Amino acid sequence: MNTILTINNLTKKFGRLTAVNNLSFTIEKGNVYGILGPNGSGKSTTLGIVLNVVNKTSGDFQWFNGEESTNNALKKVGAIIERPNFYPYMTAAANLNLVCKIKGVPANKVEEKLRLVELWDRRDDKFKTFSLGMKQRLAIASALLNDPEILILDEPTNGLDPQGIHQIRELIKQIAQTGTTILLASHLLDEVEKVCSHVVIMRKGVKLYSGRVDEMIASFGFFELKSENQELLLTTLKENPAFGNVSHQNDYIKVILNEDVTATEMNKFLFEKGIILSHLVKRKESLEEQFLQLTANQQ
Amino acid sequence: MKRLLQIEFIKLWNSRSSKILIGAYFVLLCLITLIAAIKFDIGSIHFNLAEQGIFNFPYIWHLNTFIAAFLKIFLAVVIVSMMSNEYSNKTIKQNLIDGLSKKEFVLSKFLTVVVFSVISTIFIAVVTLILGLIYSDFKTFSIITTDIDYLFAYFIKLVGFFSFCLFLGVLIKRSAFALGFLILWQIIEGITYGVLKKYVFTEGNTTDYIMDLFPLNSMSNLLKEPVSKFGAVKAVANQVGETFTKDYGTHWYEYFIVIVWTLIFVYGSLALLKKRDL
Repeated sequence: MNTILTINNLTKKFGRLTAVNNLSFTIEKGNVYGILGPNGSGKSTTLGIVLNVVNKTSGDFQWFNGEESTNNALKKVGAIIERPNFYPYMTAAANLNLVCKIKGVPANKVEEKLRLVELWDRRDDKFKTFSLGMKQRLAIASALLNDPEILILDEPTNGLDPQGIHQIRELIKQIAQTGTTILLASHLLDEVEKVCSHVVIMRKGVKLYSGRVDEMIASFGFFELKSENQELLLTTLKENPAFGNVSHQNDYIKVILNEDVTATEMNKFLFEKGIILSHLVKRKESLEEQFLQLTANQQ
Repeated sequence: MKRLLQIEFIKLWNSRSSKILIGAYFVLLCLITLIAAIKFDIGSIHFNLAEQGIFNFPYIWHLNTFIAAFLKIFLAVVIVSMMSNEYSNKTIKQNLIDGLSKKEFVLSKFLTVVVFSVISTIFIAVVTLILGLIYSDFKTFSIITTDIDYLFAYFIKLVGFFSFCLFLGVLIKRSAFALGFLILWQIIEGITYGVLKKYVFTEGNTTDYIMDLFPLNSMSNLLKEPVSKFGAVKAVANQVGETFTKDYGTHWYEYFIVIVWTLIFVYGSLALLKKRDL
């Protein structure tokens, strides 16, 4: 068993507001997980609870099958929540040395990790002189000091400029390739789609879905079609049971598939019916479309 | 334990303002020796404080610890801010995420407070010993070691006071407000005394007994003012017909009250930390 984190029926109430409601999921070693949800859906609260800074109301969680106390387990975890928090008057290197002491890892890791995030040249500068992008990279270096079993990132690109966002994403991909398990909380769908293999979707503290990104909605994808004779195309498609919902979208006709149909088969079928296409695209729903569909279903 | 002290040492030593205040505190402790230099002339009377016997053993133990205790406010600023800055920088959150337990966090601060108090006590012991050996009229071993328990009272007083500062740092989370509250608390104790004395327990010593239980009052009871004990002052008082019958010693229950407060402050800080969401 390579379970890193198990969450069972976790609930957190702030007064009358239920921020996390009966949440359960499991994190297995080696995968890249995304926690997806709009702002205020309980992502950060959930991470806060498992990271020992927010008290749960009920339910429980276990790190590494409960073999160690939470704070000892956290020494094998690397995590950044929201903004990077360091001592502003201390240099980058001094801040990381402090983290080494807390986590109980040798100080020679500092150079390696500062080089990884390209801050080695700035090691003797005070944290308060750093730009937000540099602060965020320093936070990632700090989280990696102990070569963690799992790296937890909460909105790591929040507030960064496009260049900063790109740097952080490259860094995350690089880390994922080394086999480190990653848990990434974000409200940015494309971010999760680009990086994650598994996803947990939350809304208003409730889990809507957890599992592989590509299995999120069992679907065969859809076609976007266009021809000279849109009316004929529309009626032909509606007669065939292989196609589900057929609708007009702007200039195109969108056909949702009930069974697997290749582009070649589609083209051949319509040509035999006397329809010549000027536009034919087969696509899978993007995470965004799936997400909207999923949240709409649950309302 | 060594690890927890190292963690706190890194945090303090890299902060310039803490370093300056800590340095200033220990320099000022040494400057107590300057009392010896107080000299003035009133007409034909030549007065030198050092020659008036204030540096005699065992009196000097009481005098020096009493004066040195006033300087603790410098370290109080450092201690309040080392706690409240963890909140304003949100570094307490990151410390916990990095794997420090809440208990270890409070313990690292408390151990630092104890170390400060130990160093301060050693400092004042050395300064006093040197001053005494230079100016005291009595230098036998038995007289030198008499009343040396004032050093212990000084130590307990510092630990108690600094624990109070830690607790205020956790409770209020802003250093300026926490220090303000410390002053406010001193005033509250004063007002409570006045009200109790005037309206509640108008007769007897009940008010004094109750006030002995208050944190700041109990700490000041550990080192009572030594001035009226001083021979020269007594002589003047006798001339104007006043006699002091005051108990200058420190009693076991006075230590006990302060130690109980220290425990309340340390465990109170931990309880607050455990209860709060960060």
